Amino acid sequence: MGLLQSFFESDFWQIHIYTNFIAEDRWKYLTDGLKVTIIITLAALVIGIVLGALVAVVRVTHDKAGRPGLGLRLLNAVCQFYLTVIRGTPVMVQLLIMYFVVFATVDPGKLAVAIIAFGINSGAYVAEIFRSGIMSVDPGQMEAGRSLGLNYAQVMTRIIMPQAVKNILPTLNNEFIALVKETAVVGYIALGDLTRGGDQIRSQTWDAFPPLLAVALIYLAIVMLLEKLGKIVERRLAQSDRS
Amino acid sequence: MIEVKGLKKKFGKVTVLDGLDITINKGDKMVLVGPSGCGKSTFLRCLNQLEVPDGGEIWFDGQLVNSPKTDINAVRRRMGMVFQHFNLFPHLTVKQNITLAPVMQKLKTQAQADEQAMQLLERIGLADKADAYPNTLSGGQKQRIAIVRALAMDPDVLLFDEPTSALDPEMVGEVLQLMKELAASGMTMVVVTHEMGFAREVANRVVFINEGMVQEDEPPEEFFSNPKNPRLQEFLSKVL
Repeated sequence: MGLLQSFFESDFWQIHIYTNFIAEDRWKYLTDGLKVTIIITLAALVIGIVLGALVAVVRVTHDKAGRPGLGLRLLNAVCQFYLTVIRGTPVMVQLLIMYFVVFATVDPGKLAVAIIAFGINSGAYVAEIFRSGIMSVDPGQMEAGRSLGLNYAQVMTRIIMPQAVKNILPTLNNEFIALVKETAVVGYIALGDLTRGGDQIRSQTWDAFPPLLAVALIYLAIVMLLEKLGKIVERRLAQSDRS
Repeated sequence: MIEVKGLKKKFGKVTVLDGLDITINKGDKMVLVGPSGCGKSTFLRCLNQLEVPDGGEIWFDGQLVNSPKTDINAVRRRMGMVFQHFNLFPHLTVKQNITLAPVMQKLKTQAQADEQAMQLLERIGLADKADAYPNTLSGGQKQRIAIVRALAMDPDVLLFDEPTSALDPEMVGEVLQLMKELAASGMTMVVVTHEMGFAREVANRVVFINEGMVQEDEPPEEFFSNPKNPRLQEFLSKVL
């Protein structure tokens, strides 16, 4: 009892823990911020995967076609431009341009702007990952599928893509992990994410270490969780490899 | 059934098919032989447009196959193909490999396709492998399942592209046995192979392709005992 009491009376508890996290419900900065971080990441992830898969299919289809038609060439040029621009500029600059230029007049909300910016950014990286995955599938798979009368899109979605996804899973998971941490810059458009939340506490208590350490630990926990999840999914998808 | 006129195909500057003419009749068991690089595989792959020919015509039951207006998927549904490297879908079970194409093309319901798959697997003695993944199977088993996968489309003709070339010697027999059974059931077959025994025993026509053209097209007895073309004589002296 005495030990517990002296703990709660200690400077460590009173100053570092109580003031930073409990007083005035400051912990809510972290939980609210975590919510924002998770929402941006998940939504951007979905956009990134859909966009990335589409761009990858366009690029692969173009490269494999002997004489690609005008439409395909145009589409490929657009994809190429998108990849070059997005991968060639910092995500923070893209976020700022999205917020202060693209959506300067129509404001869909900061959260939506962040989701769109990170989705578009992630899509470029995911596209190249998907492309390498598709290229790694034996060309005989496409031939076998086509020889059975399936059309290109059917073979792509049911035969090539499932194998490609399996091949790229570790790389894809790596991209997701990077994405979670990249979202930490949304504070620049005054969006209260996890990082911003920790910084808010710091600015109120002038005690930098505890809130920032807490933020770091939460990111670390998310990343470790993602790594674990990735391994589980990989193992489940690998069942056809067992021989 | 299939009529090929003046088929031409180049890869870069190399002419692989140089005006090949041939007619395949219903019920034919045609074996194509020739030195490597002679164009026999390319010819086979042109038939179902896995390779697009540069010139010539391929007619299949009165339909021009190599025309942009032709629904090539409809043609391929009736023209099954078996590959040297099996090309089973590794992420699907054996049964799913067999049922995927007919079900996706709405030719059969999943239940109908499943039933047919099991019958076919029963026939080749691999019913117990229905839920196994291809990687757990031997080469011979894989190739027999690849044949069954092609059969599940109820094709009018089957194309075999060196079906036993990638197999260990002890597994060649089981695949040839299945092909013999198919031949006996009346299936039209076009087979590229180096198995001269199979040609002799099963084929009704043996075709020698050389320099991108048909140079001999005879029943097996005539083909092997009385070859006329000097290049064929030289070829046979090496392979027999």
